[in-house]
Amino acid sequence: MARLLVSGAPHLHVKENTQSLMRDVLIALAPSLLVSIYFFGFSAIKLVLVGVISCVLVEYLIQKFIMKTKVTVNDLSATVTGCLLALNLPPSSPWWLVVIGAIVAIGIVKMTFGGLGQNIFNPALVGRVFLLISFPTLMTDWTIPESWFRTDVDAFTGATPLGIAKEGLAAGLTLPEIFAANEFTFREMFFIKAGGSVGEISALALILGFVYLLIRRVIKPHIPLIIVGTIAVMTGIFNLINPEIYTGPLFNIFTGGVLLGSIFMATDYVTSPMSVKGIVIYSIGIGVITVLIRYFGAYPEGISFAILIMNTTVPLLNKYCKPRRYAKEVKNG
Amino acid sequence: MKRTFSIGGIHPQENKLSREAHIETFPVLDVAYISMAQHLGAPAEPVVQKGDKVKVGQVIGKPTGFISTFVHSSVSGTVKAVEPKGDLAGNPVMHIVIDVEGDEWCEEINRSKDIVREIPFSSEEILEKIKNAGVVGLGGAAFPTHVKLNPPKDKKAEYLIINGTECEPYITSDDRIMRERPDEIVIGAAIMMKALKVDKCYIGIEENKPEAIVSITRAASHYPDMKVVALKKKYPQGGEKQLIDALTGRKVPSLALPIEVGAVVQNVGTSLAVYEAVQKNKPLIDNVVTVTGNCVPQHRNFLVRVGTPFSKILNAIGGAPSDAAKFVSGGPMMGKAVANIEASTLKATSALLLLTEAETKRKEEGNCIRCGNCIDACPMGLEPYLLNKLSRIGGMYDELEKEKIHDCIECGCCLYSCPAHIPLLDIIRVSKAEVMNIMRNRSVKK
Repeated sequence: MARLLVSGAPHLHVKENTQSLMRDVLIALAPSLLVSIYFFGFSAIKLVLVGVISCVLVEYLIQKFIMKTKVTVNDLSATVTGCLLALNLPPSSPWWLVVIGAIVAIGIVKMTFGGLGQNIFNPALVGRVFLLISFPTLMTDWTIPESWFRTDVDAFTGATPLGIAKEGLAAGLTLPEIFAANEFTFREMFFIKAGGSVGEISALALILGFVYLLIRRVIKPHIPLIIVGTIAVMTGIFNLINPEIYTGPLFNIFTGGVLLGSIFMATDYVTSPMSVKGIVIYSIGIGVITVLIRYFGAYPEGISFAILIMNTTVPLLNKYCKPRRYAKEVKNG
Repeated sequence: MKRTFSIGGIHPQENKLSREAHIETFPVLDVAYISMAQHLGAPAEPVVQKGDKVKVGQVIGKPTGFISTFVHSSVSGTVKAVEPKGDLAGNPVMHIVIDVEGDEWCEEINRSKDIVREIPFSSEEILEKIKNAGVVGLGGAAFPTHVKLNPPKDKKAEYLIINGTECEPYITSDDRIMRERPDEIVIGAAIMMKALKVDKCYIGIEENKPEAIVSITRAASHYPDMKVVALKKKYPQGGEKQLIDALTGRKVPSLALPIEVGAVVQNVGTSLAVYEAVQKNKPLIDNVVTVTGNCVPQHRNFLVRVGTPFSKILNAIGGAPSDAAKFVSGGPMMGKAVANIEASTLKATSALLLLTEAETKRKEEGNCIRCGNCIDACPMGLEPYLLNKLSRIGGMYDELEKEKIHDCIECGCCLYSCPAHIPLLDIIRVSKAEVMNIMRNRSVKK
């Protein structure tokens, strides 16, 4: 006993750290990643690898040469961003598209604000939205690349159900006609669906990841459940009013990026509120804006925009939605 | 569903390794080092000089202020020195050093083990006896008990709450006394009820101590006004404010004492000391200290005399294991790290915990990722991440006051639960002291 450690209480700490939390998120993304590799083959592997490598590299270079601070890529947060970015792109995206997305996500959205914990917007989502606006054709090209594991390419149309519905409605068709023509089935949407971003194709795989995150207590269930609940209620009401133009709850929950977005993007610690009250307002906001964009907006999908819009409210929500204090009043006198 | 407090809290691994170890009387010392700063408030003033002969239980220090109390000799022998010596942090504090000769007790102390149930004293006599016995709160803060049992005249006590939660991991000294000396504890509670003139008493015990719940319940069956309540295990249930919430649902207002909601909280150890003081005329000269840690081969509960050096206690378990890197006086959540192992035990020392470097070393601090774990953990409903941020800017005292930094009870839940390993409580402690200072100065000016 050469020397004694001395520090303030408490003398015990949780085992978790930022790295272990991020590792858990990566593990939770694994099922979706495996399904996308099965379905899209080498393209999916390529996108994820390029996404991860470029995000980590951008963060490393900025910390090392521009900020000249300690390099913290070991915390795996850039790895998570790279994965999420890749999972949010169409499967046939070229590699350089991912690199541009990574530069925007890490370089502009994360590091200019000061790095981990300081950014206002979800980096991967801004990366995706930047690409969607800058390269609209590439970002809506739902061609399905070849996969070694899959031989039935012709069975899938490629376009997203949300896109098909939107175009069909714009062409003056009613939903029952569109559904009949395209054979959307719930079974297909739940297990594996064609058309959509790399990470969106299997609801089941995403839900498995959600359950893992809950078991490991990485996230609380509030945000995903409230977003999905809000979308279900709102689309349920619209669908009851006019089922010919307004798609119903199941269709809206299991198509597009609602599950990927609500489980993995909206729950980002940094860009979501801290108190339960704030979380409720934030999540309802995401649900409502998503439905409004899907029904009335120019884009078929609205969850990315909805999350980014609600990201902007987080500092205000943190300021005004305080947790329940123990001591309500101050002693009289 | 068992009761517990309503906001925040954490569940650290309980590690009650010494719970089956019977209380053993620690051998009488060669030399005792008795600190004059045994309690919260003003230190006692020595009333003996070098060369004086003292007996066990004799007064050697007298109170010097309203919040202060007596200190008694825990041994018999000759005063060797009255001098400053290092406390557990190494800061010089006045000590009385006594060379031990035999074990001769003051005559008025009743050393028999018989249980004395009759309480023939008035409320004032009880308070006087508690004060003269130097009893302090043994839950950790060591607040003089006679002051706490004598609330201001305009406040009415309704409940006595006895704290048997022992929510800190590792420590088992309260568990052992509840199992081995339940009747004395319950009679001590009855004495305090009489002193406070209250007719309601709750005894809160966490459910991880089933034997203690059984023994205390059996002992309390003599007293219809006492209710033993099993509580769900959650740290910091032993905090006064949390325990009052768990047992009565009342919440103590900001900056107020528990008496504001009619409650007085005392620890089971204090209750035992009150019994001994009032029924046996025995001053507070010894207490149960748990010696434990995952790296320690023997887990023990010792009844030690006040003034026993920590190094002697370590010798009794065969020396500190080579991988022990931090010695903690008290529990792992609120205890103090020992910098000076020649420092000696105080009245309120509850444990000596040995932790290895792997168990206790803080990980490198990272950026706050705003996960909100500290908010979920804070039992006062504060936002530790925000208090940390405001504190580090510097000078933001008005904002810190608005965010109620003065409500912080320094339980350590925030620092414990932070995955970025930010020293939240260290930072908050510093600015809390500053804010409370500003608030005090302001109220003086008014």
